[in-house]
Amino acid sequence: MIAERETRVLNNVQAINEALDLALAQDPRVVVFGEDVGRMGGVFRASDGLQQKYGEQRVFDTPLAESGIVGFGIGLAMAGLRPVAEIQFAGFLYPALDQILSHLGRMRHRTRGRFTVPMVIRAPYGGGVKTPEQHADSPEAVLCHVPGVKVVIPASPERAKGLLLSAIEDPDPVFFLEAIKLYRGVKGEVPEGYYTLPLGKARVVREGQAASLFCYGGMVEVCQKAAEVAAREGVELEVVDLETLVPLDTETIFASVQKTGRAVVVYEAMRTGGFGAEIAARIAEEALDYLQAPIVRVAGWDAPYPPFSAVENYYRPDAKRLLEAVRKVLTH
Amino acid sequence: MDTVQYLDDHGKPLRDIPLSNEELLQGYRALRRARHFDERALVLQRQGRLGVYPPFRGQEAAQVGVALCLKADHDWLLPSYRESAAALTFGMPISKLILSWRADPAGWGAPPDVNMVQFYIPIATQIPQAAGVAHAQRLLGKDAVAAVFIGDGGTSEGDFHEGLNFASVFNAPLLVVVQNNGWAISVPTQKQMKVPRIAQKAQGYGIPGVTVDGNDLVAVWSVAREAVARARKGEGPTLIEALTYRVAPHTSSDDPSRYRTEEETERWLKRDPILRMKNCLLHLGLWSEAQEAELMEALEGEFLAAVEEADQAREPKPWEIVEQVYQEMQPDQLAAWSYLRREA
Repeated sequence: MIAERETRVLNNVQAINEALDLALAQDPRVVVFGEDVGRMGGVFRASDGLQQKYGEQRVFDTPLAESGIVGFGIGLAMAGLRPVAEIQFAGFLYPALDQILSHLGRMRHRTRGRFTVPMVIRAPYGGGVKTPEQHADSPEAVLCHVPGVKVVIPASPERAKGLLLSAIEDPDPVFFLEAIKLYRGVKGEVPEGYYTLPLGKARVVREGQAASLFCYGGMVEVCQKAAEVAAREGVELEVVDLETLVPLDTETIFASVQKTGRAVVVYEAMRTGGFGAEIAARIAEEALDYLQAPIVRVAGWDAPYPPFSAVENYYRPDAKRLLEAVRKVLTH
Repeated sequence: MDTVQYLDDHGKPLRDIPLSNEELLQGYRALRRARHFDERALVLQRQGRLGVYPPFRGQEAAQVGVALCLKADHDWLLPSYRESAAALTFGMPISKLILSWRADPAGWGAPPDVNMVQFYIPIATQIPQAAGVAHAQRLLGKDAVAAVFIGDGGTSEGDFHEGLNFASVFNAPLLVVVQNNGWAISVPTQKQMKVPRIAQKAQGYGIPGVTVDGNDLVAVWSVAREAVARARKGEGPTLIEALTYRVAPHTSSDDPSRYRTEEETERWLKRDPILRMKNCLLHLGLWSEAQEAELMEALEGEFLAAVEEADQAREPKPWEIVEQVYQEMQPDQLAAWSYLRREA
């Protein structure tokens, strides 16, 4: 049982590093690679010390070419390895979109299972840490719109470690997006040793009756903060961390909507066409009868994410905007 | 840069041939088999028994010569859509190829002992993948190689560059075969690039680049054999440019008269790779018209049997659309599957 294990306090990067370490130790087919991943241990140090421990054949630097990294990984996977690629920032994934859209998630389908791509693509994403242009993008909706891939976004060190190990074990391609804001911004008790957490399951991180906040990744802590503020005014909000966007755990979502009758969907990507629109649509299609107010989305504005500047904090949803949305659904 | 050539335009050997008589006969039979497939596939297409089909007439030697160097259950082939000749020679059953060009899912997966990835439709995307497949062989301690085919137009894609660079940096056992067939649909090679020889591009990656007469099976085979041997020894990738010509349309839907002259095509027909090889065999006293007739009869028999086998494949079911998306069906696929089982 995971619950009975010894734990240590780690931040998200440390938890991810530990998961990679354990995967490399457990399965000789696992290889970890990407830009600056080997000798340097990654720009965020997610693979720190791993090349020294496992050698250059298992943990290696690649040329600076994202389509090459993803394509190369697809080939490694088809040939029987378990590639774990790092794309330095999710906003740098775009040159690889042809590989992703045309091949990554289709290989099983287009070869009727003869060739498969058990590959993990990790990428730091999201804002809130004053990065340059393109470094704060949240392109999860683009990835969720690709058939045959799974998309996982953890929100705590304990979850990140177990979900990453599940992703590496998974027989299909998995995008693993890691909120940059949480890399060192959250710490938590992490069980020792190898453990996996199921993909495709959402979790209620705070129970409440008044309204449901649906969120993932970097927005989970923002929702929890808003829920604490609301609780001081006697409003108990439920916070649901989706964790896996594809496949989506609609059961947990609908159960929460049934309980509260009010849904606020939160994501930091640009609002239009964002993954939150999918969540809202699912609720509207399947759980409309439970709703006592229209679904409200709180998201990034329909504009490029602003590079580090005094106005950056106005792009990302914060507790203030969340509480405005909560007020709206409560007063409908 | 010199072009490697062993046969003149009429098939007469220009110098000592580095293949045994047995290999020459094997090579000719493989060429004939490919041509026969192509001709019969076009007939099936006209009869409405195949979907859109990309013929390879004129390019047989460029594909067959490489495929003859590979072992299907050991090495890997990542072809683009015009490489039915390579696929056939590598070991794909004809019935599978027919089903594949019928867009029937039964033709999409190679048999377990044939490491061929289904024909690639996007251009050059399979090169980084082939580099990964090839690198994996080394990591797994095998001496297997991967071969990837594209055309002259494919060299303009970013993945051509990224794939060659990865293969070079990782010293991957890979053959990148560019069939320079003169035309990327309607755009001639000289509008695709400024370099006179595609093989020159290999210099940019620090790997060997060879230009070979792609209508000379002896030349293609010997160049590919050397590249495979280098790759197996851990000496890295090779870029092979096979000079050839697509005498057929781009696909069964194309009309080449809109962009090129018949004279040009006629000139290349005189350098037909099959005629040249046949003349080579006749010149060496290895072949007779009686043997030719016997071979053609055998090929026709093989093809008809394969068509019959393909015709017997069961119709794909509508719910198979959502199968093989994931190893285990997820809730959304399951919902669609249940609907299609019930309603379709």
